Order: sequence, then C-alpha cells, then structure tokens
Amino acid sequence: MTVRFTVNDEPVEVNLPGVRRLLDVLREDLGLTGTKEGCGEGECGACTVLLDGAVVDSCLVPISQVGGHAVRTVEGLAPRQPDRDHPAGPDDLNVLQRAFLETGGAQCGICTPGMLMAGEAFLASGLPATDEAIREAIAGNLCRCTGYTKIIEAIALAASRQAATRQEAGRPGAGERS
Amino acid sequence: MTIRGTLGRAAAPVILPPDAPTPGLDRTPGLDRAPPGRSPLRREGPAKLTGTALYTDDLVFPGAWYGHTIRSTEARARLLGVELDPAFDWSRVVVVTAADIPGPNIVNLIQDDQPILAFGEIRHHAEPVALVAAPDRALLREAAAHVTLRTEPLVPVLDPLASGQVFAHYELSTGDVAAGFAEASLVIEGEYRVGHQEQLYIENNAMIAVPRDDGGVTVHGSLQCPYYVHKALRRSLLLTDAQAQVIQAETGGGFGGKEEYPSILALHAALLARACERPVRMIYDRHEDLAATTKRHPAIVTYRSGVSADGRLVAQDIEIVMDAGAYCTLSPVVLSRGTLHSGGPYACPNVRIRSRAVATNTPPNGAFRGFGAPQTEFAAEMQVNRIAEALAVSPLELRRRWLYRPGDTTPTGQVLRESVAAEEVLDRAAEAAEFERVRARTAAARTEPGHVTGHSTHRIGHGIGLALAWHGAGFTGSGEVHLASVASVELTADGRIVILTGSTEMGQGTKTIFPQLAAEALGVPIEAVDFAPQDTALVPDSGPTVASRTAMVVGGLVIGACRRLRAVVEERSGGPFAGTYPADARAHGPTRIDEHFEPYPGVEFDDTTYRGDAYPAFGWASAIAEVDVDLDTGEVAVRSVVAADDVGRVIHPVLAEGQVEGGTLQAVGYATIEEVKLHDGRYLNDRLATYLIPTALDAPRIETILVEAPFSGAPHGAKGIGELPMDVAAPAVVAAIHDATGVWIHDLPASPERILAAMSAKTAGKTAGDASAGDKAGPR
Repeated sequence: MTVRFTVNDEPVEVNLPGVRRLLDVLREDLGLTGTKEGCGEGECGACTVLLDGAVVDSCLVPISQVGGHAVRTVEGLAPRQPDRDHPAGPDDLNVLQRAFLETGGAQCGICTPGMLMAGEAFLASGLPATDEAIREAIAGNLCRCTGYTKIIEAIALAASRQAATRQEAGRPGAGERS
Repeated sequence: MTIRGTLGRAAAPVILPPDAPTPGLDRTPGLDRAPPGRSPLRREGPAKLTGTALYTDDLVFPGAWYGHTIRSTEARARLLGVELDPAFDWSRVVVVTAADIPGPNIVNLIQDDQPILAFGEIRHHAEPVALVAAPDRALLREAAAHVTLRTEPLVPVLDPLASGQVFAHYELSTGDVAAGFAEASLVIEGEYRVGHQEQLYIENNAMIAVPRDDGGVTVHGSLQCPYYVHKALRRSLLLTDAQAQVIQAETGGGFGGKEEYPSILALHAALLARACERPVRMIYDRHEDLAATTKRHPAIVTYRSGVSADGRLVAQDIEIVMDAGAYCTLSPVVLSRGTLHSGGPYACPNVRIRSRAVATNTPPNGAFRGFGAPQTEFAAEMQVNRIAEALAVSPLELRRRWLYRPGDTTPTGQVLRESVAAEEVLDRAAEAAEFERVRARTAAARTEPGHVTGHSTHRIGHGIGLALAWHGAGFTGSGEVHLASVASVELTADGRIVILTGSTEMGQGTKTIFPQLAAEALGVPIEAVDFAPQDTALVPDSGPTVASRTAMVVGGLVIGACRRLRAVVEERSGGPFAGTYPADARAHGPTRIDEHFEPYPGVEFDDTTYRGDAYPAFGWASAIAEVDVDLDTGEVAVRSVVAADDVGRVIHPVLAEGQVEGGTLQAVGYATIEEVKLHDGRYLNDRLATYLIPTALDAPRIETILVEAPFSGAPHGAKGIGELPMDVAAPAVVAAIHDATGVWIHDLPASPERILAAMSAKTAGKTAGDASAGDKAGPR
C-alpha cells in the first residue's frame, strides 16, 4: 500500500506492505538508523518516536497507521543534523540534547534516542519538571547504564533552561516550573 | 547524583543547579576543563545524541545476507543428525554445521570444552547446532523451519549440588578455623542462594562478518574485547593475524555480557560469510539474546561465623558452589574472584574458604559486573548484619570494629599496605544517610501499634540497611602479568597525537578519560588528542575491557607512553612538548611509543599455593538503602541509596558518578526483582515482558560520594570503579527489608513472595515458639 506522512517535517511516500513496522520503515527504508530496536515488543522504549507529538513505540506501529501523520525522530532534534563530513559537535545540539551531554545522561547511548523523544514530549507537555513527573514521563524507556539519575537531571535542566528562555522572550507559559 | 532527599519523591521539585561538588572535584562540563578531576564533555556524546553513532545494526553492507542459529530445544540429548527437508530448495540459502569448521570446533577461552556448533551431544537448551543464511529474512525463516535436529534424549543434570563435573575448585585457609570456633561465644550460620542475573544491555548481541580478499574475514560487532574475538577467529578458521580483523562498532552496553559471548557469535557469522561468500548479519533479537547468552552465575554460599565473647570476629568457614552451566567459559576466574572476596572487608585470623564451580545442563554462565564477588559478598554482609542483630549492636558500629585497616592481612596473606578506605567509605555514607538517626526512627516506628502511613489500608514498613564491600582492581593474581598488555601513543607525521589501545568504549567513558590522561601527561589541551578506533588492524592488545582494569591498568600505560613521547620530543626539540610537537613531527616523521605492562612493584601472587597479593589494590564501597515494604503484599520500594565508593583517584567526576549510579541500580534490581526462572534447563522468562529490570519509577534516588585513596602503583593513583557498586547495594537493600519487616531474606531476589513467606513463617514460628536457626535474634 502507499502511505504518505512526514518525518521530521519532510514529506515521505512509501509503498510497502501495511503491516511493516514503522521502526523498519525508518531504519531500513528511509535510512534513519538513529531510532533503535531493543526488544521488538514495546517493553524497552528504545524505538520511541513521536507520532503527532505523542510518544509511541515504533516497533508496535504498523506503517498503515501512519498515513497522514507527522513522525518525529532523534534525527529531527538538532538544529543542524550532522552528516559524514560534518560530524556533530557540542554546539550543534538542541537544549535537551545539550543537557544530556552536560549532565552525563547518555552513557552507552542505545536508549538515548528513545529517551530524548520521551523527554521532548515531556518538555512540550508543559508539566512542572518535578522529579516524579519526569520519572513518569520516561517510565516506558529502559536504561541499564545510568540508574536514570543523570537522565532525570538532564530533563530537569533542559526544562529550566527552556523556561528561562521563554521568560526572557517575555512569554511565560507552559515550560515554567512551579 | 545531585537530587537529594531521603523520603518519598512525591512531587518533590528537582533541585537545580546541581548540589555542591565533592571537594576537590569539579563537575562543570566544558572542553576547556579537561584535566583529570574535571569533567570534559563525553567525546562521542554528540554522535550518540543525534542518532549518528553507528551501532552494529546501523551498519550497511550492500548484498549482505541474514544469518540464523538453529538451537537445541532440549537440555541434554545425543545429537544424531541435522536433517534438511528434501522438499525445500536449499540452493537459495547456505547451511553450516560442525563439519564445515576448518579448524578446531572450539570457542577459545579457558578450557577447550565449548563447541562452536554442537556435535555428538547437546549439553544445554538453546545450544547452537547449525547455522543458516539467506538473502532475505522471509526466506531465512522458511529455511530454518525446514531444519530438524534428530536427537535422543539424555537425563540432564540440573541441580548444581548433584553435579559430578567440577570446572574449578579452590581451598583457601589461614589460621586455625577449629580453634577459632572453639574460642567463639556466638556462632551464626546461614545458607544464601542467589540466582541468575541477565546483563540486559539495551543493545542485543550483534555481529556482521565480511569476507576478505585475502581469504580471511573482517567482523564488525558489539563487543568488549576485540582481541578475544580475534584469537577465536584465528584459531578456529585457521587464519593469520592479518586475515582476522575485528572492529568494534559503537556498543550499546556490555556489563560483562559482551566479554566472551561475541567470540562464538563472530565465529558463527564468519562461518556463514565464508559459506555464502557475502557479508552476513547476525543481529540477535531480545528473545534470542535472553535465551542463549551468558548470565551471572547462580551460587549457593554456606557460611559460619564465630564471634568471641569480647566481640571479635574469630572464625569464618565458607563454602561456595557456583553453577557454571554447561561449559566452563570464564567460571574458574569468576569463582576465584568470588572466593577471594567472600570473607568481606573484615580482618579475621581464622578463615577457611572452599569453593567449586560445577557443570549443569543449563546455558553457560559468564562475566557480569562484579564477576563472582556480588554473590559471595551478599552472603558475607548478610552474616555481619545478622551478627549485629544477635549482639544487639549497630551494624555500623560492628563494621567499624572489624573492617580492614592499613596493615591488616587478608586470608591469602596479602598485607594491605596502602589505599585502604573501608572506614572512610563507611563513615562518609553513614554520615550522609544519617544512618543512626534514621535507624532509631525506624525502630521507634516499629513499636507503634498498627503503624499506618499514607491513606491506604496497606501497612507500610520503613527500613534502613547498610553494607560494606571491597573489590580487587584489575585481574586476579598474576592475571595482569600474563595479559602483558600494551598501549601506545603516536605523534603522526602530520602532527596529530593518537592514543592506540584495544580498550573499548561501551558507555563507561574510555574515549573521554584516556584523552584526559594523555592531555595531562603531554601538557596539551584535550582536543589535541585523538583516540584510534578499536580495530585489531590498528591498535595493540591492551587486554580485555573488563575487571575494572581500564582506568587503572591501561590508563596507567597510556600515561607511561605519553610521558616517554614527551621526553623524546622535548629531548629533540629542547622546548616544551606542547609548543614543539607539530614542528617535531614535520622534522622527524612519526614517533610511536609502545608501553608494555610491568608488574606493580612489590605485588606478588603464587597461583599454585593461592598465597600472596591477590590484587594490586582494592576499591572500597559502602551503600545505605532505605526501603518501604508493603507488609500486606510484600512489595518493596527502594527509596534511596547513598553510595560511597573509593576509586583511588577520580579522573572524570560525572562519568565516575554515572558508574556508581548505574551499578547501584543493577544491584537494586538483583536484590528485588531480577530473577530467571528455569524449567527443565530452559529459561522460562526469556522475554523483556517477563524478565524485569528497574524502570525510572522503580529506581531509588542515588546519592554518590566519591572517595579518593590513591594506589601508588598506578601513575595516576586510579583503581577500578565499574564493579564496586554492584557488590554492595543488594545486601544493603536486604538489610533494609529486614529493618522494615523483621525477617531476613536469604535468597535473592527478595521478591514479594519470599518476603511474605518469611513473614508468615516468622509469625507461625513465634506462635509455636520455634524460631528458625537462621533467625536466632528472635522477633522484634
């Protein structure tokens, strides 16, 4: 079947069996290997992407359900996505990626793309960045390296920086912390 | 960690900016803050954070086929044959069996007992028997479904205590144990059982083999030890050094689980690649990884401790049985480390330790962070905590009396001359956790009748528990001498400084700390130092990336190489290295320094008598856990862990904290929820839906205290860090559960079922006036 959708704001059209997993379409058909597979059954969250802003496990989403929707992956986060000739540097990252880098929220890095997408959804939700709320937001994403400590710290740091930026811009709102 | 607070986490605001750093350590990130003791940004961090870091499954090889492993479905059987359905068109795929292996059908490790592909006898469930490769996954599945193993069942050995096959055994004694027990006025006995634990790296095992024009093979994989894989390929495929090339892809966690297993996987992929003359991808899914790859060894530890009337520890008699599974793998060294650590960090004049690792018809067990020590130190700490209860003294105070101090002698006769921080880690943790104050509060709460917290009808018990541990840094005994590791640094002709080591990055920070150490030794900024990829065609054998040895041993070699390079260049140029090396490179071409491991001065171990310095140095750790236990359901919530870890010298505070936090949570999982259930030698819960690890909601707040008691044998004073936290948190959690419930859980994990069973047994025992031998201290 033919499916049209967007990935990181780019229109995409694929002609594939409708049961093919969004994860495989991203990784194998579109070459976006930033999204990882950890279990293939929706337990680990490594393959987390945003579908119209909502957190989904892309291993559980058949491509037939993606038509007309907007997919966002880790490749859509940085202001300038690196390529082979221009590898990513610390200054090329968005506020959440930068916070992960500074706090040590990424160790082996395999859960990181999914964790970042869950974190992005949390930042966009406007919920106060309490310890408990952040833990809830990433409860579907397993990490075996960090004990989650520095991931939580990273998301809180990004939330506070986002709130500060909004305040400076004179439009206090959703990201502000209570 | 920087989020503080000991009770609950309901809507607690996250405190920012981070708390005050450990004195002397600067957590501030930034490339300009590179020297050891500071925290430069993780070198490969931006690639990982943008999804551009390439893990094995991200690598594209045009025309690659997919590989699959045909595995046994029995724990033990005679293998009569591998049958290929004649109705299937086999010309479209390739099949490999034991008969197709050019060299010895052996996975190179300690003993030559494990076949690459089974023949004659199947010895465990999920044992590889045949391999299939096909150009696409659908055809691969179809082909695999047409392969049948013809077998004749044999009776499996599943109980380690009934096994007659011993892979390794040790007996270690000092003093006179019988005389020690004769002097004892209190004897505490216990039997402790700990089960399998899965490493559960989030990236499954993965390997891609690519045939080479020279008749050899190049493998790209997720692995910890490129030269282990290299040796295994050379031996069984009859290749020269150059014909076997091993390249580490970005590796999504290891924790020991990618120490030895990648060798067999690389052999499988390489055999298929030879057969189909194309690249072959073997990327395990989670089910296969859980069902077939190594786990932490289950152990049964039987322990007797004797205490004199004046409160001295006078005797320890310890027996350890580890279940190795069907093949030897690394079991002799896992057992050795477990044996050497089983007394715990306490001085005792009369010690006897007997241990054995035995074969069962279960999948082989192998390396996992801690490597035998978490199993035996759990037992050691349970004993000390139970003795404290029996003596009615604080577990903190009892440890202060008994712990190793400089000048003490271990059961192997090793005199602990320096770098002994048992007391410091204990005191730092106890102070930060306010151990005695909280312990008094939990004791008071227990005496309140019908104590209820929260609004539910559930009764919640709150408890605090303490543990102390030691962990030998580097390989056991003369292991480092045998490894003869090499690390190199090269000033290239175009003026780049490149570190060349076989030490791998798997998240712990090798790619960041080695450039830090080199930059300091050379007096250059960290950005001036490059780190060569872990490719056996480029880098020397620096030994495996295991045993908490990378920062201490290989880091020390990197410093040594850099110091020599600096001296060579400064001698030639007459000026400081930093200002003269680019011109030196132009004038003299490349300069490469290979630094070879030299035994640490004064460190000697006799492998035959098992006497001497078992480790060049020990790291020390204390953990204090607070838990809430639902007294009606037995469910445990670990609220907080304060961890104080002595690592010799902190090279990178943020990475070091990350090691402690991650290891602590793995130990909390080990203590509470991680359990492998077996039936007829097969893992029943071989899926992530059924083998559970802690989520962010299960994880306690972890506060890390880094302690520095430098080891003079290493140029930078660093000891190990990776494994220490794994040794200590589980017994702390179980002690906290006891504080909350009054029952000791002798077997891990301390599941709700075990806690409820122990509580009801205690109630029944109280009614019948029949306290069990294991719980002599009586009811609260």
